[in-house]
Amino acid sequence: MKRNGFWAFVRKEALHIVRDPRTMLIVLGIPVVQLLLFGFALSTEVNNLDFAVAAPHRSEAVRQVVERIAANDCFTFRGYVDPAQIDRVLRTGRADVVVAFARDFDRRQAEHLRPGGEAAAGMGAGPAVQLVFDASNPNTASAGAGYLRRLLSDGDAAAGVEMHLLYNPQMKSAYNFVPGIMGLLFILICSIMTSVSIVREKETGTMEVLLVSPVRPVGIVFAKMIPYFVLSCVDLAVILLLVRYVLGVPLSGSLAAVVGISVLYLLLALALGLFISTIADRQATALVISAMLMLLPVIMLSGMIFPIENMPRILQALSCVIPARWYIEAVRKLMIQALPFSAVLREFGILLAMTVALVGVALRKFNDKLE
Amino acid sequence: MTADRAIRVEGLVKRYGTMTAVDGVTFDVRRGELFGLIGPDGAGKTTLFRLLTTLLVPDAGRAEVDGFDIVRDARAIRARVGYMPGRFSLYQDLSVEENLSFFAALFGVGERDNYDLIAPIYRQLEPFRTRRAGKLSGGMKQKLALCCALIHRPSVLFLDEPTTGVDPVSRGEFWEMLARLRGEGISILAATPYMDEARRCDRVALCDSGRLLAVETPEGVVASFDGELYALSGRERYALLAAARAEAGVVACYPFGAEHHLTVDERFDPAHFRQHLAEAGFHDVELRRAEPGIEDVFMKRMHHE
Repeated sequence: MKRNGFWAFVRKEALHIVRDPRTMLIVLGIPVVQLLLFGFALSTEVNNLDFAVAAPHRSEAVRQVVERIAANDCFTFRGYVDPAQIDRVLRTGRADVVVAFARDFDRRQAEHLRPGGEAAAGMGAGPAVQLVFDASNPNTASAGAGYLRRLLSDGDAAAGVEMHLLYNPQMKSAYNFVPGIMGLLFILICSIMTSVSIVREKETGTMEVLLVSPVRPVGIVFAKMIPYFVLSCVDLAVILLLVRYVLGVPLSGSLAAVVGISVLYLLLALALGLFISTIADRQATALVISAMLMLLPVIMLSGMIFPIENMPRILQALSCVIPARWYIEAVRKLMIQALPFSAVLREFGILLAMTVALVGVALRKFNDKLE
Repeated sequence: MTADRAIRVEGLVKRYGTMTAVDGVTFDVRRGELFGLIGPDGAGKTTLFRLLTTLLVPDAGRAEVDGFDIVRDARAIRARVGYMPGRFSLYQDLSVEENLSFFAALFGVGERDNYDLIAPIYRQLEPFRTRRAGKLSGGMKQKLALCCALIHRPSVLFLDEPTTGVDPVSRGEFWEMLARLRGEGISILAATPYMDEARRCDRVALCDSGRLLAVETPEGVVASFDGELYALSGRERYALLAAARAEAGVVACYPFGAEHHLTVDERFDPAHFRQHLAEAGFHDVELRRAEPGIEDVFMKRMHHE
C-alpha cells in the first residue's frame, strides 16, 4: 500500500470512531465508570464498622482505648452496652463488633506497662479485651478484627506477634483492584473494538471492495489498529490520572515502566482482536467470542479478584496462558511495590512472546480471499 | 496472452460442498464490450464475479482478466479492475467526498487524476458532497459506488446487479453511463435480473444453475426464439395461470407484466384453448400473439434444460 493510501485508511478509521457516539462512549466512558465503581462501590475493604463497648468499669484506661478506636476513620462508636446484651446488640445490627473489656482491665494494663509486665499479662486469667464480631460476612469480620487488633496493641508487643503490612498499610482494595481493572479494560476495549470493526467490514461487504484493490491485507490490518491504539493510550492516561488523583493510589514506582508494559499489553490486546476477527464472520459472533474468550477468564483466572495461589493446580496452569495474569502481576510489582523494571522482565518477556505469536497467527489467518 | 479479450473464461468450476455454484462456464468478453449476465438469483452470477475478481479460487478451469490469470496473477488483476459488489459496499458513515477520496487513496491515485472519467456521474452527486453516503437515495448510492469503482480508471469493470432496488429512471441513467464508459475503452461485465437492461448490452449470457444457456447479442437471443408466443389476460389471474398450464400444447405459462405469456408447441389450437377455458369458467379471457423478448427466450430455454 502506498503511504498516502495507508494514512487515508487510518483517517477513515478515525472518522468511523468519531462519528459513532456509542463507540466513543464505550471507549472513553467505560474505563471511568468501571474504575470508579470498583474503586469506591465494589470494595472488600473495611471502612465503616460500627462498634459498641461492653465494660463493667468505665475507667480512664477503658475510655482512652475507646477514644483511640473511635478516632479511626474505619470505626464508628455506637455507645456502651451491657455485657449481657452483646448477643442482642449484634443480632439487631446495632453494631458490627462489640469490644468487651475484662473486669480487671485497668490492673492488667498497669501490669503490662510495667517492665517485665508482659509475662504477667500473659499469665492473666482470660483475655483483657475480647472482640465479639458479627461474622456473617467473614471478609469484613476478619479484616476488621485484624485492623482492630493492631489498633489495640498499637506499637507495643502485647500480641506477641508484630504485624507490618507493607506497601498497603491501610489494606485499601484500590491497590489490589487497579492493576486488575487495567488488565481487564485494555483487553476488552482493544480486542472488542478492533475485532468488531474488522468484522463489520466483512458484514457490510466493504471488505470485498477493499480486497479487490492493490492494498495488502497487512496494510488494512495495521491501518485499523492505529486509531484504536491511540484511543487506548488516551484511556491509559485517563486511568492513571484517576488512579493517582481520585483513588489516591500513590503510583510509587516508575511511571515510565508502568506505561511501557501497558503499551505492550495494548498491542497484545489489539493483536487478540485481530485474531478474533479472522475467525468471526458477524459482529455479534465477534462480541460473543470476545466476551467468552476474555471477560470470564480475565475476571476469574487472572488473579484480578481470586488469588492464583489458592487455585487448583489445573487452573493455575490455565491462568498462565491468560495475558492479563502477567500484566496484572507486573503492574502490581511496578505500581504498588515500586519495584524497578528489572523485576518484571519475566512478565514483559512473556507478554512480548504472546504478542508476536498472536500477530503471526492472525496475519497468517487473515486471508485475502473470501474463504 | 490474448490482448483482444478483456475476459476469457474456460470451463470454470466452483463448488461449495456438494453444491456446484459455477458449473463449467466458458465465454469471453471483448475489449470495450458491455457484456450482460442474465439470470435468476442463485444462478451463480455472484460466484462468477468473485472468481474473476480473484476473491475465490476455482476448483477447475481457468480464466484470464486483461490477460492475467486469476490464480497466478491475482495481485495484478486487483490493481486493474473495478468492482461493485451486489450490495451497497461503501462507508455509510462517511460523506460522498470522503468515500471518493478514500477509494482514490486506496488505489494510489489523486481524486482529480481521472476526474474526466467520472465527471458526468459525479457532477450529479456534487450538490450532496458533504452528505453521508447512508443518507443518499438508492440511485445516488449506486452512482457514488460507480464513481468509486472507476476512480483509478480500471480496464475492466465488474458490476454485480448494480441497479437492484433502484427506481426505473435512475436505472436508465445508470445504463446510459455504462454505455458512455464503453466509449472510453473500458470493458464491462454486468449482471442484472432485469431483461430491459439486457437489451442495452452488446452481448448477453443467459445463465441458470451455474451454467450458461446461451451467449448472444440481445437481438440474436430474441431471434433465436422459435415457435409461437401468446399473451393471455383475464380476471382471476392466478387461477387462470393454473388453468392455462394444464391445457394441451402449452409448454410454459408464466406471468409477464399485467398478463401471462404462453410458449406453445404444435399441438396448441387457440380456438380450442379459449373454449376449454370458457368451460372452466373463464369467460372474458383475451388471447393474442405476442413478440418474444429476452425473458421469453430465457423461460423457454430454462424449460428445455
